[in-house]
Amino acid sequence: MSDVNSPMAPATLSAPVVLEARNVIKTYGHVTALAGVDFELRAGEILAVVGDNGAGKSTLIKALTGALHPTSGEILLDGIPVHFKGPLDARHAGIETVYQDLAMAPALDIASNLFLGRELRAPGILGSVFRRLDKKRMRQEAQRAMSDLKFRLPSIDNAVEALSGGQRQGVAVARAALFARKLVIMDEPTAALGVRETGQVLELIRSIRERGLAVVLISHNMPNVFDIADRIHIMRLGRRAAVVTPKTHSMNDVVAIMTGAATA
Amino acid sequence: MSTVIPSSPDRKASLKARIFGTPSVGPFLVLLAFCIIFALTNPRFLATHNLSIILQQTVIIGVLAIGQTLVILTAGIDLAVGAICVLGTIIAGKMVNLGYDPVLSMGFAILVCTAAGLSAGSLISALKLPPFIVTLGILGILTAALRLISSGGAFAVRDPFLAWTGNTMKLGGFVLTYGVLIMFLLYGVVWYLLNETKWGRHVYAIGNNPEAARLVGIPVRRHLLSVYLGAGLIYGIGAWLALGRIPNADPNAMQTANLDSITAVVIGGTSLFGGRGGLIGTLIGALIVGVLRNGLTLAGIDPLWQDLVTGILVIVAVALDQMSRRKN
Repeated sequence: MSDVNSPMAPATLSAPVVLEARNVIKTYGHVTALAGVDFELRAGEILAVVGDNGAGKSTLIKALTGALHPTSGEILLDGIPVHFKGPLDARHAGIETVYQDLAMAPALDIASNLFLGRELRAPGILGSVFRRLDKKRMRQEAQRAMSDLKFRLPSIDNAVEALSGGQRQGVAVARAALFARKLVIMDEPTAALGVRETGQVLELIRSIRERGLAVVLISHNMPNVFDIADRIHIMRLGRRAAVVTPKTHSMNDVVAIMTGAATA
Repeated sequence: MSTVIPSSPDRKASLKARIFGTPSVGPFLVLLAFCIIFALTNPRFLATHNLSIILQQTVIIGVLAIGQTLVILTAGIDLAVGAICVLGTIIAGKMVNLGYDPVLSMGFAILVCTAAGLSAGSLISALKLPPFIVTLGILGILTAALRLISSGGAFAVRDPFLAWTGNTMKLGGFVLTYGVLIMFLLYGVVWYLLNETKWGRHVYAIGNNPEAARLVGIPVRRHLLSVYLGAGLIYGIGAWLALGRIPNADPNAMQTANLDSITAVVIGGTSLFGGRGGLIGTLIGALIVGVLRNGLTLAGIDPLWQDLVTGILVIVAVALDQMSRRKN
């Protein structure tokens, strides 16, 4: 864990902490989902969160994004304690989430989906009194967001349902990148994709990092994680078992820590 | 709707797909076909007099179908359309006959219709009951209540203000009632809301994928409430138009309004599964029903055949919608 100078992990250990969790506990009755977990995401890094089923990955992510309230513990954004009442609060604070089911309206076009819930209104009286949408500007910004990410689509006017799985994922990622100010959380972004599309989505995740955003990547796919992550946060039994880097540990090491066969 | 999403975008193909993918093109061609058939078989069909009669006959179903479209776009269905509209006619008629100010009476009636829509919306959004069941229940309750209020029978409503929507004006040899103008005005306003505002965008999003709508921060319940409230308001305006057409408040009227309004929406290309379609299609759908009934009547065909043909149209429209969804 000491290769600060690795070209693969730029600015990782020296960069400031963006999002942090301290000793977060979440219990449901007598079931403990999180047993005092710590979490640390640094600026500009891709942090993979891995763990066996039931290790507490998704509970941790939900606690970080305000989708559930921890029983105890602290969550800090840029070093300041935050109490998200819901996912909207987290979004307002600059945290965007790409959900596994993508949260899109398939019959609406790409631009509409990018701006869904955050539509732009026309300037002047048309917007303020007549509440008119600024479709042209949303279309232009959607176009720009997609080309910023070097993601090519047949046409921005297509309905999302007309896109392939990888293209849809691309739109969801572009939406997060367009609005995130601090970090993007992605839940299994490559789970339903073929090899080529997986590659495209991984490329997208890298370009989000290049824009200075931190990325949390929840994934079961070890090769993907080792391909792209700067650091790997390993969950086991509701706690953080270890944080390793792809440089210092092998996939077998990570699986061993996940299953409790080894410690870091 | 064929989807042409290859790796190389083909402009011609996408233009063609856009024309035939536009939901209201199919219904428009059907409307055109019926008009051509009726015009060829009966010269009286295209007379301006007959065309304005078609419009007048379309007014009530046309207006009720606006509210029905909003509800169906959210993946709901409204079976209380006719009952709420009749409620409006009975309340306005009763009040005027009791000597209340006609403007106040109509205003109050429209308010009650809006409240009826709001209560349907509350049950659907707060208690998460299926729209089908809620509006079916309201239909039953209102049907009974209406007969109790009006002591079972129809009564005449003679008031110039309530009948105003039936007054006519000439527009270049074309006789239009104010009701027809109000219908087109309503279509214009609601079309704008649906297509040019955030509110409309969110109606589509909720009907298309309610979970996604929630995740992107759309207040789904409040939005559904506003849709049913708006629908109730439109049914209330429909009550005024109904009194303009027939100056009579009848608790047993509009028994086919549910099916007719759903027919107009569905053959207009709006999907019963929500999130797809639009108001232009509904206007065309309502006109198709109007033209069909008028044309068949001119041809001297038994009215029962009109219902039969309408029924076939609904089934064909839904089948086409299903097929296009399966392709996607």
